[in-house]
Amino acid sequence: MSVIEPATVQAPTLLEARGISKHFGGIVALTEISLGVSQGEAMALVGPNGAGKTTLFNCLLGLLRPDTGSVLFRGERIDRLPTFRRGRLGIGRTFQRLELFTGMTPRQHMLVTERVHRGDGRLWKDLLGMGRPRPEERAKVAEVLDLVGLADVADVPVEALSLGHGRLVELGRALSGEPCVLMLDEPSSGLDDAETRLLVDVLNRVRSERGTAIVLVEHDLAMVAKVVDRLVVLDLGRLIADGPVEQTLAEPAVRSAYLGLS
Amino acid sequence: MSQLVTYALPGIPYGCVFALMAVGLVLTYKASGVFNLAFGAQAYLSAMVFYVAVHAGWPKWAAFVVAVVVLGPLVGLVLDRLLFRFTRTAPPLVRLVPALGLLIAIPSITQMIFGIEPKLGPPAVFLNPNMIYFRFAGFPVDGNEIATTVATVVVVGGLALLFRSSGLGLRMRAVVESPRMTELAGIDADRVGAFAWILSSFFAGLAGVLLAPLYAQLSASNFTDLLVAAIAAAAIGGFSSLSLTLAGGIGLGLAQEILSGYLPSGTILSSGLRPALPFIVLAVLLVVVPRFRLGGEVSDPLAACDPPAPSLDPPPRIAVVSRGARIFAIAVAGALVGSALSWVSGNWLFTITQGLVFAVIFLSITLLTGMSGQISLCQATFAGVGAFAAGQLASHFGMSVLGGMVIGGLLASAVGILVAYPARRLGGIALGLVTLAFALLMDNVIFPYSWAGNGASGLVVPRPRLGPISFGGGGAFFWLALFVLGVAGGAVWLIRSGTTGQELAAMRGSEVAAATIGIDVRRLRVVAFALSAAIAGVGGALYGSLQQTVSPNDFAYELSLVFVVVVATVGVRTVSGAIEAGLAFTVLQQIITSLPTRYGSLLAVVFGLAALSYVRHPEGVVAYGKRVVLDMAEKLVVALERGGSSHGSATGSGRDDGTATGTMEPDLAVGP
Repeated sequence: MSVIEPATVQAPTLLEARGISKHFGGIVALTEISLGVSQGEAMALVGPNGAGKTTLFNCLLGLLRPDTGSVLFRGERIDRLPTFRRGRLGIGRTFQRLELFTGMTPRQHMLVTERVHRGDGRLWKDLLGMGRPRPEERAKVAEVLDLVGLADVADVPVEALSLGHGRLVELGRALSGEPCVLMLDEPSSGLDDAETRLLVDVLNRVRSERGTAIVLVEHDLAMVAKVVDRLVVLDLGRLIADGPVEQTLAEPAVRSAYLGLS
Repeated sequence: MSQLVTYALPGIPYGCVFALMAVGLVLTYKASGVFNLAFGAQAYLSAMVFYVAVHAGWPKWAAFVVAVVVLGPLVGLVLDRLLFRFTRTAPPLVRLVPALGLLIAIPSITQMIFGIEPKLGPPAVFLNPNMIYFRFAGFPVDGNEIATTVATVVVVGGLALLFRSSGLGLRMRAVVESPRMTELAGIDADRVGAFAWILSSFFAGLAGVLLAPLYAQLSASNFTDLLVAAIAAAAIGGFSSLSLTLAGGIGLGLAQEILSGYLPSGTILSSGLRPALPFIVLAVLLVVVPRFRLGGEVSDPLAACDPPAPSLDPPPRIAVVSRGARIFAIAVAGALVGSALSWVSGNWLFTITQGLVFAVIFLSITLLTGMSGQISLCQATFAGVGAFAAGQLASHFGMSVLGGMVIGGLLASAVGILVAYPARRLGGIALGLVTLAFALLMDNVIFPYSWAGNGASGLVVPRPRLGPISFGGGGAFFWLALFVLGVAGGAVWLIRSGTTGQELAAMRGSEVAAATIGIDVRRLRVVAFALSAAIAGVGGALYGSLQQTVSPNDFAYELSLVFVVVVATVGVRTVSGAIEAGLAFTVLQQIITSLPTRYGSLLAVVFGLAALSYVRHPEGVVAYGKRVVLDMAEKLVVALERGGSSHGSATGSGRDDGTATGTMEPDLAVGP
């Protein structure tokens, strides 16, 4: 794991949405969203349910095709890349509705992600018996399991884990791919207080040690404030505010749309 | 034009029957998420009871009431209560396997009860099927055409009225989405589901009784073809629209007859394409039209209310137990090999060899379905490709079957890619249906040709030679089969424990998440099919060489369904499961051949009914049994160590896989 200096003044923009719109039938989910996240930056995407946060995630990852607009990674358009190629570029994500590999243990989740990330697995190697986990892989996986606090349940099939543990498995899986952009969809829902503190800790560590950019969809504003310094507010598919946390929260449009204050 | 109408008119009864059945399929799919392939068998059951009652001298109306109005819905109700209400939100395979089991078991049970002698000249419910009642614009209209049309219009009209007046359709949709939420909204989800099953089973029974007089003889396979056509009609309706489904069924019936009218008669194309047409339509629809992909498999938002599903993989064991189990397995295998070669009679040696050969074919299902979570209903077809390739190479080029086996495997692999590539975006049951369509097409249109399976006369596949060694004798071939099984099993085991196996397991777990971490899921699906088809092809060639002659009958599409049921029931997740399934399949068959002929299809009943256990034990009943025994052994060992020693620690033996220590029981580690 390479230690990268804290974000310099002109960190390059990693992932960028330019004028993305998306509608489902008559429902407009996103309207002309333009948004970028730079290396080492931590940003939260907030807004009431149905604001389009998850849809934006899906558009950025290629799980949905936007009606208009484009997605850029390090300045290059990636609209035509399928999801798995975007994953290999270094965009990691977790899911609001858990998408775990049922039947596998947390350790296996990390192992397979590690292997895919390194990309040196081959069928012929498997057939020659060279496909089994190597000691350095095991060590790396153990490190991630420790980081997200899952060492105790590392060999329990994920079906038997609590929702909170499931979220941590998703986080660990995303981290195993050593992403440069980490997109988390409501990572703290279902977590207890201790787990939430752990989550905040992990995110801050990953950001400072690896320079990972973090995009957070989250309703828990107290938790958000401990991780990010930039807040983006969506409402009914429109971007209504973007700026430092305190300042954004003070904006009247945000207060009426999200906080229900006038 | 007038010729077109002449060809089309006989299609009306077929069309109506397809439509009735398809409406039933859509109803249960909407209300219980189950794609009930057993409707074909239920239709057969009703038709059989009607036939037997009428021949016993009952008045037709009484026979109709018993067979269609009482028995049909009753079967549906029983299936729903005992089985399918538990599978609403289960994974696709769990919903499919019991239905497949019933499709296989019900016709066999029916034959056991009512005898296997041919049932000739099935009676019509009303009107004389061969009498021309009137002429419509100059074209003769016979009793069948009138009867089926009237019955369909009445029944479907009644259904439409029911839906319009009661909001039943909406409630059915809600029940599939989340039975619990529906109940919270004050609707009895169970009652809605049961009602859908009663209604659709009535439709199936009616379709069966109406279809029977169209054929000279009452045979189960006609009803399987009926099912196939009904699925295609349901696909035309997008598996949800009843009116489109109805139109699709009638359209298919007409198209089938028109097609067979225009194709040159007496050729393989005209006899084969007709039954395959509905499924060609289905495959094209599923592959080409995104809306028809049966996508968005339901998952209950309140699923967390359930206790966690049991893990399918065996939990890590204490070293003593796992070592003991391994020694036991080796001892059993050794005893089997030893006895097979020493005291077992030639007949049984052949049976055991056959079991090993089937185990090779079954390994292809282990890899594709067990490890990768992909449903394929054409594994027998892949095996057939391998067998026919080996046979053709041997007869035309004098190639040794050993070489033919390799080439057969490669060819089957290529065919596997051919199927999987267009279907690479499909998952779940949709993929299963496309592969079934492919199996049907190969079965009817390709295999009968002399350059492929050579029709009913089949092909000779000689026993191989390797230099001075001949595998002609039973003993030598046993060793060959064991060797091939060892190679195939080893390959599957290595794939499973390597990168590809991990990726396949990830794909099985969640395709979306697998793509997100960088796995090319579509490519991986094609790879899984290629590998699986290769194994099946090798197994098929080996089977051919064992039997020495093979014909397309040996690889009929129904057999693919049986294979999936057998392997899923015994244990689909492990290499040993495939071997146990192969041996169980042939040994039971051998035992059954000594019973009276009436019980000839007992095997189908045994495995068909055993498949119903899949709902509770998706790891397979044998695998489940092993787990229970090992659990007890583990408890015993722990108790002994705890009680017996003061210096030893029960935790000292460590995990089998060496990744963790301590005797953490998975149960204790479950979160709140």
